[in-house]
Amino acid sequence: MDDKTIREKIRAFITRELIRDEEYDLADDEGIITGGLMDSFSLAEFGVFVEDEFDVYIPDSDLTVAKMDTLNQMAARIMQDLDV
Amino acid sequence: MRKNITHYVSRITFPMLTPKTRPSFHTLLDAIALTGGDETAIVYLETERPSITITRQEFAERVHTYAAALQQLGIRPRDLVIITHTQNLESIYAFWGAMAAGAIPSMFPTLTEKLDPAIYMQNMAELVSFSNVKAILTTDDFAPQLAKQVTCPVIGNQLSVISNQPIHNSQFTIHNSQFDIAFLQHSSGTTGLQKGVALSHRAALNQIASYSEAIGLNEQDVIVSWLPLYHDMGLIAGFLLPLVQGVPLVLMSPFDWAKHPALLFRAIHEFKGTLCWLPNFAYNHCARRIRQRDAAQFSLKSMRLFINCSEPVRHDSHQLFLNRFAALGVTPEMLGVSYAMAENTFAVTQTPPGQPARLDVVDGAALTGQQIAKPSANGRPHAQALVSCGPPIADTAVRILNKAGDILPERHVGEIAIQSDYMLTEYYKRDDLRPFRDNWFLTGDRGYMADGEVYVIGRSKDLIINAGKNVYPQDIEAIVNTVPGVHAGRAVVFGVPDEREGTELIAVVAEVETDDPAQRKAINKAIRQAIVRQSTVSASYVTLVDARWLIKTSSGKIARAANREKWLAEKG
Repeated sequence: MDDKTIREKIRAFITRELIRDEEYDLADDEGIITGGLMDSFSLAEFGVFVEDEFDVYIPDSDLTVAKMDTLNQMAARIMQDLDV
Repeated sequence: MRKNITHYVSRITFPMLTPKTRPSFHTLLDAIALTGGDETAIVYLETERPSITITRQEFAERVHTYAAALQQLGIRPRDLVIITHTQNLESIYAFWGAMAAGAIPSMFPTLTEKLDPAIYMQNMAELVSFSNVKAILTTDDFAPQLAKQVTCPVIGNQLSVISNQPIHNSQFTIHNSQFDIAFLQHSSGTTGLQKGVALSHRAALNQIASYSEAIGLNEQDVIVSWLPLYHDMGLIAGFLLPLVQGVPLVLMSPFDWAKHPALLFRAIHEFKGTLCWLPNFAYNHCARRIRQRDAAQFSLKSMRLFINCSEPVRHDSHQLFLNRFAALGVTPEMLGVSYAMAENTFAVTQTPPGQPARLDVVDGAALTGQQIAKPSANGRPHAQALVSCGPPIADTAVRILNKAGDILPERHVGEIAIQSDYMLTEYYKRDDLRPFRDNWFLTGDRGYMADGEVYVIGRSKDLIINAGKNVYPQDIEAIVNTVPGVHAGRAVVFGVPDEREGTELIAVVAEVETDDPAQRKAINKAIRQAIVRQSTVSASYVTLVDARWLIKTSSGKIARAANREKWLAEKG
């Protein structure tokens, strides 16, 4: 799975489930939590999604606002485990 | 997450606070956790870090050091002291230290990375001047910034090292009578004046005695909590009760738990937790957002009660939690309910421990139409299952009143009024607010009584309860109205119950002039960002509409309920 596919899967999940507006045009470098699009509870939901969808377990130390605020950050973190 | 670790908390038997032993407790400073010794007072737990254990002796020493330092700084009995820390051990010592110095502490939410610092500072400055705050205790990072904005001293962590000679407990208690105000609990709310609920030592001790009896508190209990200490459930059940009773408290930060919900299960598993209070949304949060790999490590068999409190209880949330975690040892008997509010110190009711909360299946049509909870049965048209909050605890009376103030019979829905032995003394420095009518406190909640138990249906006012937090729609509307592009005064905010989240979500509808998609997107973003930076919540739905979409009342006000109906109908 390449970076682009992962990014699109996350984008679709976040706009559908967390922003609740599939029309929302979410940019790759947009602050999703700091921009008020989802709350920090949603980080845990993102963790579950990544486990179910990509079979990747993001450790708690990486599930933080600073490290998971944009699509770019999220996709890069998943790629890191898929590459191994 | 680490596995298979069990920490045995150290303890000895001690006469707890009960209605019977109540006369031997004069103030909260008679707390068993302040009696010294090697027993565990508090365990502080953080994600991916080893736990920190504080013994009663260490706790007492730190509290007395703080008290002495506050006295040296000129804090006098009955001075108001605000504590705005990130939730940590320092904030706990500061709270008890202030009480030990005879001052009145109040916990406040801290400035988070998402909040707008300017607005936070402005709220704090208003609080300081209106409530005559004498000092703010906070973190070193935050103190210099805040000090520039407020007129009272702001003290960082250096407080704990100002005095290295703790004063003995007996020197403090002389300041306090049981009728003195022990602490304030501030209501949430971002604009206007926050209401500080003033509670006496007497009220807090009476509540802890009666409530401990209602939950069958005993020496084997271990309380586990991630709840914020500026909220009544966190402050009383998840903080004062365990420390007064000498029951070990395993505490986490709400920010940590929100991101890593499995932390709660780690706490229960490692420390053999028995009691835990949760707002309804937390059952959904745990069931939906604890990863399989995390959950599999833990056992919840040690638990006696998970107590659902502080927002409307949903049967489906209990079922979701039970179905997901039965394998870890959760049983229906563990799922208790309490109805509570800051003005009553905490609990009004509690379901009996060891029994599942009663379910009342009623005719939903009669409930909303005639305002009567007519018994029905599952499967019948309009059948609706409501979860009981249990009977009133000792020394609390509950009445259901109609608009005229007359008492309503069984199963008739009206406003819940309460009378108890642990009510607030006053709203602090707010003589304009009269909490009592004929010695009864009108809660603003709607509900009914059946077979001696209380069922809460909703609120009389427009208050939204989002993830356990009280949110006033007008506060959020005021924020939205300042966003450029929004027709000022043409925005409405309301709550939308959400089955998946187990709480009310916040919806914003705002009229805008532009129909340019790019501009609308920018306004949508600006609204979401403004809310998250100026309040403690975020909007789940932001809908931009054309001018004159919103329905106004004949007096020209935005009609929240009518607009909510219209929005729901259009959403489909």
